[in-house]
Amino acid sequence: MEGETNVTVETNIKVTEQDVRSFSASHKEPEEFTNLRIQALAAAEALPLPKPDKTKIDKWNFTEFPVHAVESSTYSSLEELPEEVKSVVDLEQKNIYIQHNNTPAYSALSEDLKAKGVILTDIFTAIREHSDLVGKYFMKEAVRAEEHKLTSLHAALLNGGVFLYVPKNVEIEEPVQVVFIHDDEQASLFNHVLVVADTSSKVTYVENYFSTIPHSNGLANIVSEVIAEDNASITYGAVDVLAEGFTTYVNRRGIAKRDARIEWAIGMMNDSDTISENTTHLIGDNSIGDTKMVVVGRGTQKQNFTTQVIHWGKNSDGQILKHGVMKDSASSIFNGIGKIEHGATKANAEQESRVLMLSPAARGDANPILLIDEDDVTAGHAASVGRVDPLQLYYLMSRGITKQEAERLVIHGFLAPVVNVLPIEGVKKQLTEVIERKVR
Amino acid sequence: MSTLVITDLHVKIEDKEILKGVNLTINTGEIHAIMGPNGTGKSTLASAIMGHPKYEVTQGSITLDGEDVLEMEVDERARAGLFLGMQYPSEISGVTNADFMRSAMNARREEGDEISLMKFIRELDKKMDVLDMDQDMAQRYLNEGFSGGEKKRNEILQMMMIKPKIAVLDEIDSGLDIDALKVVSEGVNQMRGEDFGCLIITHYQRLLNYITPDHVHVMMQGRVVKSGGEELSHKLEAEGYDWIKAELGIEDETVGQEA
Repeated sequence: MEGETNVTVETNIKVTEQDVRSFSASHKEPEEFTNLRIQALAAAEALPLPKPDKTKIDKWNFTEFPVHAVESSTYSSLEELPEEVKSVVDLEQKNIYIQHNNTPAYSALSEDLKAKGVILTDIFTAIREHSDLVGKYFMKEAVRAEEHKLTSLHAALLNGGVFLYVPKNVEIEEPVQVVFIHDDEQASLFNHVLVVADTSSKVTYVENYFSTIPHSNGLANIVSEVIAEDNASITYGAVDVLAEGFTTYVNRRGIAKRDARIEWAIGMMNDSDTISENTTHLIGDNSIGDTKMVVVGRGTQKQNFTTQVIHWGKNSDGQILKHGVMKDSASSIFNGIGKIEHGATKANAEQESRVLMLSPAARGDANPILLIDEDDVTAGHAASVGRVDPLQLYYLMSRGITKQEAERLVIHGFLAPVVNVLPIEGVKKQLTEVIERKVR
Repeated sequence: MSTLVITDLHVKIEDKEILKGVNLTINTGEIHAIMGPNGTGKSTLASAIMGHPKYEVTQGSITLDGEDVLEMEVDERARAGLFLGMQYPSEISGVTNADFMRSAMNARREEGDEISLMKFIRELDKKMDVLDMDQDMAQRYLNEGFSGGEKKRNEILQMMMIKPKIAVLDEIDSGLDIDALKVVSEGVNQMRGEDFGCLIITHYQRLLNYITPDHVHVMMQGRVVKSGGEELSHKLEAEGYDWIKAELGIEDETVGQEA
């Protein structure tokens, strides 16, 4: 502007109560929800940051970001998706939600599932139109707003996400797919995913965080709440590929009630510094939690992955399998926690963490923890941190395979146990390609 | 015709000299057997030819058709036409046998000229039939959970798929029952021809009942101390090694390794 000498760019927005009120109003949220946001915002000031074991995050930026929400284009059909996003989506996919930065951009649900009462919608619509269900589950059982600064900021600033509800006795065969496209450097993602499988229902949910630009100035503060009611079964797949520059906090938490099952298959492929918490509460007797996670770190990335299964129910079974590859001077902490509460007799808590280091400056710590407050249980853990076995390379190379290709094979093999269980072919392929790109 | 020439080869591992001047020439069209008691350097020779990272060549040369093999990386040796059927093949989790073998075959071909999946599967099925291997072995992870016999068959399967000029088979018969031994021998015999040379390392003459060698060598003290035709293996089977030791005035045939 003419005569304008002050060119300082305002990047440090301090969100006020008034900002939150007007954001909430612009989405026509019910009063209780506005109040929930306001309370959370007030609480955030005083609440401490979470304390991921072995990673100091008090200097990380979790509170400053360019803008609360950006406006992005919507898509009238899957054909309009950006090419790179199309590769993860089957154009025949009938049950899908796509979010473009903070804008609900496309949503589809088959007539059959609609008729059965299945709900798949962006979180704002859910807050307005399904306040009974949202009110029952939103930040009530799995994650609470007042846990720490980041959960409260999340509740106050929520600006996207999705709600999936599967009614009693409904089994959905085809996976439900969600893609969060990120292509605006200024965007921050305060996404909330709420997946509820009612009694004796079954669903597979697969989400993708997909940056199509290399850099971000924003924050990602993501919470997923996954509720499996009695005898329900949820398979939750996720591939996160968020750009460098984000500060990422992602908390995916499951509640498995009596005879329920939650299976996670998560590929953490962010290029950003990332704090990831994945917890499964095995509340009900005979509940099952199965967590599989793969991670690739590169550059100067700092990451912390805490994976917990907490046993409350009798005869509950918790499995954790984590494989990580670290290259360049990336560093990662892998905390695996199996916790058996008093009374959870016959519970079984197993975990395995393996870290493969590709360069001398890379760091990876596998930190297995078993906390057991009950006698009649079984538990076990295995952890290792190592380099690619030179004898494996020798063997592969002795068949004419180049060293680079041999390393690629060993790494892919190392990550295969998680990649192979991802339920959508396109997403599996994407994860394979991302791994390829990241370890090259 | 291709020729592998080993001249005055000295090899040490962790500062201990194991090979002390090995001389050997193998042409395609020939099958050689190296026999000898434990600890005389036979497997070291095999590993040195392929370029095992723990073995250091301190003197001598290995050439393949005049090219300096010792200057080549392990994968270059393989692509030049060498193959080693290993005594203890690595297990590689998450990599299927089939994917691995296709990578190995494609490593020998130009980009854009990769072997077609159909052709590969046809060929793999055929060779697996010869070796009496279960079809599901192709989709299992490389050597993971394979029995001893399955691993040996898998080594021969790779050899048959890759079709090297010169193959070294390091104790491919150890731990095999007679049926498996016949099957493995059949694999080697199918390869036999003017484009294929083989160096078989074994403790046991038994294998040579099924694969008739053109040349038989005896190793002691890190050297080839005697060479002959097929009849030499029969004499060793009948009389053991003592007559050679007496003939050459050798008391301890090993290179000083702990047994």
